[in-house]
Amino acid sequence: MRFSPKKFFVSNSFTRKLHKGYLYVFLLPSLGFIVVFFLIPVILTFLIGLTKMDYSFRWDWIGLGNYIYILRDKWAYKILGNTLFYVFTTLAFFNVGMALFISIATTHINDKIGSIFRSIWLLPRITPSTVYALLWLWAARGEANSLFNWLTSIFGLHPIDWKLTYPWLLVILVNGFVGTSFGMIIFTAALKSIPEDYIRAAKVDGASTLQIIRYVELPLIKWPLLFVTAYQTLSLLTSYEYILLVTDGGPGLYTTEVWALYSYHLAFAQYGGIVKFGYGAALATILVIIGLIMSVIYWKVFRFRELMVEPKIEV
Amino acid sequence: MRIVPLLKNSIVYIILLLVTLPIILLYTLLFLQSISVNLNGVIPNGFTLDHWSILSTGNIRVPGTTTQYYPNLYLVASNTFILAVIIAFTEVVLSSLAGYALSRYKFAGRSQILTLTLILHAFPGITLLIALFYVLNALGLYNSLIGVVIVKVALDLPLGIWIMKGFFDGIPWDIEMSALVDGCSRLGAWWRVIMPNVRNGLMAVLIFGFLSGWSEFIYVLTFIASQDYWTFSMFVYALTTGEYSYINPGITATVAIIYMIPVIIFFLFAQKYLLRIQIAGKSTV
Repeated sequence: MRFSPKKFFVSNSFTRKLHKGYLYVFLLPSLGFIVVFFLIPVILTFLIGLTKMDYSFRWDWIGLGNYIYILRDKWAYKILGNTLFYVFTTLAFFNVGMALFISIATTHINDKIGSIFRSIWLLPRITPSTVYALLWLWAARGEANSLFNWLTSIFGLHPIDWKLTYPWLLVILVNGFVGTSFGMIIFTAALKSIPEDYIRAAKVDGASTLQIIRYVELPLIKWPLLFVTAYQTLSLLTSYEYILLVTDGGPGLYTTEVWALYSYHLAFAQYGGIVKFGYGAALATILVIIGLIMSVIYWKVFRFRELMVEPKIEV
Repeated sequence: MRIVPLLKNSIVYIILLLVTLPIILLYTLLFLQSISVNLNGVIPNGFTLDHWSILSTGNIRVPGTTTQYYPNLYLVASNTFILAVIIAFTEVVLSSLAGYALSRYKFAGRSQILTLTLILHAFPGITLLIALFYVLNALGLYNSLIGVVIVKVALDLPLGIWIMKGFFDGIPWDIEMSALVDGCSRLGAWWRVIMPNVRNGLMAVLIFGFLSGWSEFIYVLTFIASQDYWTFSMFVYALTTGEYSYINPGITATVAIIYMIPVIIFFLFAQKYLLRIQIAGKSTV
């Protein structure tokens, strides 16, 4: 029989105590913050996107004008291409690819050494972005004594300015080395939770380590793989902090500019001080819509609903 | 002794070391830069502690000028610390209150609020920058640390609430029940009986909030105009890319290392919390 406190305790003062008196004390402060500085900004982004607002903050409504302008903006197509390239490459090589390699490799070697490697990969994630970007900028400098040039000089290559010569390489490395840790942690947790019996059974059947990885482990972490791919696609699509710090969209005009950074530049860093909040917000709205759709998809696909079990007691 | 597995293992070690090497080198370089006259690759030409002398006054001078181009290091440090501490504490208080309500109370709208926080917690807050700028400007909070605090708290809260709800869910209801039977009020039971049991969760949210505030860059860059309110992130950014960024990489490295101190402490002594933060609410797949 289910334990039901209501039937158990008949005392009136007790049930009253359980009642919702303090509910609002607990809940309202957080809700207030979230509504004013999270939900309202979502709506405001949509609305500002329908105006040609500038620094005067006037609401000059122009309907869908900004969206029509996106279609005629010759840079928008280049930037869209950049964005897709950046998201796909970083995701494939690092956020999923490298993450998968690190987690499989470190769970197949000595556990202590494995966890040291994983710790090192966590370091870029918790380093303040400005410091982390600084480290790469120094390493990629054009002088002969910079890290990259010093390393390539071992092979007899001439020093080059890596940021100017291979801006995309730098952008992807900088983002990739941060992005790897998320997938790494989730994959490692998933790999460690595979029951030992499965691995042992495969070994008894004569499977090699590679076969175990391919036919036992990978199929079992299918869901985490899909989750990390989906989650990191969204986060790469909307993040521009490291690109801003490393190349700021350059060198030259929009060479490494991505969609989210373009929106930022239009609103906050236009050359000549022309502030285009309206157009920037329209570009951001597209990301907001993608973000909302994907967040809802996670919720549906990844069974987040299971997290929402009712409280254990009925009050 | 079987040779083949040994060989296979060492190949794995070598590849792991090679892909991890860039990270090791980058951080080694930062440290060496701050204590050497000049660097050739990773080899220092002569050691010096001169760069650390900025700690004495906190002023960084541009050679050949008398103008103070940068704010004082100690002002920047205290701004950053205040920002991070306020963010951390506000997040702990608010998310433990809301997490408790969502874990223990049953009320109309509960599942809607849960869905909302869950969706928002996956949602990239950075895309709202223009609208947040508008809101802060309208409230007169542009160019103030309070503005940055409020925005950070709002955007971090959904994650914090989820971490705390998870911890509250793990506490047996009986503990609370016995406190209530013994005459505690609901608020009293929450504070005296439940909170001490979720210490790990509180630590996780506290560290998350602190690091999140300590490292914040984009919101400071966008919402702060005056050097008086600069935090470390702006300081390092200016030293890296600003007009006088060439002054001395040794000094920049020293400032960056000072900036890294709390991060390194958490990295060495609180990694279990950091891991928890990284996967909180997302670990359920």
